[in-house]
Amino acid sequence: MSKAGWIRTLLLVGAVGALELACRTGAIAPTMVTAPSKMVTTLIKTLQSDEIGMHLRHTLSAVAIAMSIAIVGGFVIGFVLNWVPFLRRAFSPFLAAYYAIPHFAFYPLLIVIFGLGPVPLIVLATLFAMVAMILATMAGLDRVPRVLLKTARIHRLSLIEEIWRVRLPAAAPHILSGLKLAVAYSFIGVIAGEFILSTSGIGHEIAFAYDNFDNPRMYALILFVLGIVTLFNMAVFAWERRMLRRRGA
Amino acid sequence: MSGGMLTLRAWRDPILVAISLVALWQVLHEIAGDSAVTAPAPTLAHLWEMIGQARFLPHLRETSLAFLQALAIACGGGVLIGVVLGGHKLTGEVAEPILVALYSVPKITLYPVILLLFGLGMPAKVAFGALHGIIPVVLFTMNAVRNVNRTYLRAGRAMRLTPAQTGWYVLVPATLPEIFSGLRIGFSLTLLGTMLGELFASQRGLGFLLMTAIDLHDVKTILSIAVLISIFAIAANAALLAIDKHLHRGAAPEVSGKP
Repeated sequence: MSKAGWIRTLLLVGAVGALELACRTGAIAPTMVTAPSKMVTTLIKTLQSDEIGMHLRHTLSAVAIAMSIAIVGGFVIGFVLNWVPFLRRAFSPFLAAYYAIPHFAFYPLLIVIFGLGPVPLIVLATLFAMVAMILATMAGLDRVPRVLLKTARIHRLSLIEEIWRVRLPAAAPHILSGLKLAVAYSFIGVIAGEFILSTSGIGHEIAFAYDNFDNPRMYALILFVLGIVTLFNMAVFAWERRMLRRRGA
Repeated sequence: MSGGMLTLRAWRDPILVAISLVALWQVLHEIAGDSAVTAPAPTLAHLWEMIGQARFLPHLRETSLAFLQALAIACGGGVLIGVVLGGHKLTGEVAEPILVALYSVPKITLYPVILLLFGLGMPAKVAFGALHGIIPVVLFTMNAVRNVNRTYLRAGRAMRLTPAQTGWYVLVPATLPEIFSGLRIGFSLTLLGTMLGELFASQRGLGFLLMTAIDLHDVKTILSIAVLISIFAIAANAALLAIDKHLHRGAAPEVSGKP
């Protein structure tokens, strides 16, 4: 590990230790923050005994559906927009302003349209994640070096072969970073929606524990969500790095 | 090309997008009906009427105040922290992965913690908005300071500039375009964070109005408020984007692409 890595680890361990100490000595009231050790023990108990599996399944399946639609749809739309200049000109101002809109303001509308349940969550998360994938796909295809396309023409590749063997591999780094964003945004969309208003899911359970002053359970679940999402993001990150290294980039 | 043509072209696209969005809205209304999506004209009329009402204004003021305070903290604090992290290499290396991890985590799960720390009300909303906005500002500022061309600094030393002069004539112009891009993204995310904060456990503000409108099944009000926020967000973003482009005009073309 590098020097910065060691310092970072020490810093994080120190922060958790200080929090533990402050909670144990009563410097921070348990009505505010529970001790990290208690978060972990409560989490283990919650995972063993509860109906938490059902909530976890609901959240993860909604995330998985939203993520798949966002990634596949975003890639296809990005590809088409890149291919047809007219469509691209028409949509690009819209795409540029897209992430300025606070999407969650539309969540109440989605609930009214689709009813409370998994559908508005999936729609919200898909809308939130898809445009990142569209933008990344377009950026990637834009930056394919001209010389590669000329080489493809010299080798007389067919259009399909050119796309499959030249364009997509050359655009892969950008597409991958869009994929990474789509994963993170799907999680954020589903969990935030569950948190605001829903009947099940991990986000709902955290909000429910907060409403019932059940701090230990709330902190345990917060730790759980942050842990899962960070692990997932790190896995995608590691996968991306391995792909890039194989390409010799 | 003449200036007149340029402005005409600059205005054509946004106007076309606005027209097509309103058309799409109308189509959605025709498909879904009044109980799900109200038509554009009555909704906008409702919005106009709502803005004139005395009971609406305190909510608007609450949200605007929360947003402006959060924005001030995110921009001021973000630039300060970013300059420190960018100026000191090791500190930056230690902090960057933590910031990036925090950036992609659903921060809404931390909102109960903030509510417990700050209590229900304005301070919690401000803190949550600032928490969303500050990270991109820090990351962009850090990179801007890190990537200042060493030659400029050496040239400044050769001309015997005082530290204050180096800051004003070299560092500020060299980092401003990048920092401004960060501020633009911070602006959008602060707005998102403030709105999220108001949608959960709030007693005032536009978010609160949205949540009460769900219980009343008041689609017209939901759409009016969502449209109002969107128009504000898009207009502000367009203005910031124009300034951003103006600042980047003199800079070298970017290679890494969109953030």
